[in-house]
Amino acid sequence: MFEFNYLQAKSLSEAAAFVAANPDAKLLAGGMTLIPTLKQRLAQPSHLVDIGGLPELRGIEVKAGKLVLGAVTRHHEVAVSAVVRQALPALAYLAEQIGDPQVRNRGTVGGSIANNDPAADYPAAVLALSATIVTTRREIGADDFFHGMFETALEEGEIVVRLLFPLPQRAAYAKFPHPASGYAMTGVFIAETKTGIRVAVTGAGPGVFRWSDAESALAKQLDPAALDGLGVATDDMNEDFHATREYRANLVKVMAKRAVQKLLEIS
Amino acid sequence: MTKIELTVNGTQYSREVEDRTLLVDLIRDQLGLTGTHVGCDTSQCGCCTVHLNGRAIKSCTMLAVQASGAEIVTIEGMAKDGKLHPVQQAFTDCHALQCGFCTPGMIMAVAALLKDNPHPIDEEIYHGLEGNLCRCTGYINIVKAVKQAAQTTK
Repeated sequence: MFEFNYLQAKSLSEAAAFVAANPDAKLLAGGMTLIPTLKQRLAQPSHLVDIGGLPELRGIEVKAGKLVLGAVTRHHEVAVSAVVRQALPALAYLAEQIGDPQVRNRGTVGGSIANNDPAADYPAAVLALSATIVTTRREIGADDFFHGMFETALEEGEIVVRLLFPLPQRAAYAKFPHPASGYAMTGVFIAETKTGIRVAVTGAGPGVFRWSDAESALAKQLDPAALDGLGVATDDMNEDFHATREYRANLVKVMAKRAVQKLLEIS
Repeated sequence: MTKIELTVNGTQYSREVEDRTLLVDLIRDQLGLTGTHVGCDTSQCGCCTVHLNGRAIKSCTMLAVQASGAEIVTIEGMAKDGKLHPVQQAFTDCHALQCGFCTPGMIMAVAALLKDNPHPIDEEIYHGLEGNLCRCTGYINIVKAVKQAAQTTK
């Protein structure tokens, strides 16, 4: 690792002021992506500002029909939370599928979405559920938040404070994990709400995206068979030595069908 | 340099560390507890697993300064009064190791798994050990050891 200075933030305002004044400083929450990145010398921040322990960024509650997650809530906490399991069980399930137990004990929901890894799990839930991202400066809707591979609407020095998930009627997540890393080769999150069906896909393309053809098809017929005739454009898929574009395009359909099936099994 | 204080295996330590020092390097190089291994450079192998305030974490993916004030348990802290921890005993009885390099991390991961889920079924054991790799692929006996430890852990 290159040298840096570590600062344990005492408050959100201190962290926000510090990163605003130090453009080469980086925020540290769970560190599950940042620390491996530093170990590989792929980044050279001047400072790490640790916000992982800030009480004002923690917490899980249901308020005004929405599940509220503090930004540094850890994946394990979401997975085992009685509140999440009751209000939004698909999200507890998703959190339980992230990485491995050691990663889930450290990684945070805010870190996951701010990093916006194209194979991260949380972006699929945030987009399908049309969550709102509350930052130190404003509220951002999920449709405006994710801007493709590792890019988001967050400005320099803007910090994710909490996420608000409107509670759906039903929701389900189906994921094909990479067998070694646990990242989503493809993950599909489907949310059924009063206003319709939303289908969000992670892992398959350069960033999380909504599969609008599937949303229209499922609006007409909420059944895995409704997706049979749909094609997924292979040009838009990721390709690497783990899987070809065609393989990922097929996974999108298979995982979407599994997610629909799981959704239908919820009474 | 930053001064940190932490408890490791019940002993309080106070050390000056570089901010970039990884927790595992503090544990191995400064505290001399070399039972915690480093098997990769990519946070994937789990050999460096220790307990941080009771939960399994990879000590190669955390800074020592982040552990200030924390309570750490390493493999050296598992046996009590000359008696192996039930998970250690189960690994011995079931021959749940070949070369043994991954074993300290495996034992720490298994002990944490059994704390959350005292009687896991096979799928839960596989899921609970996803963060630990055995390059000898000795998983069959590791799973056996988890089941034995589930029986013997009080």
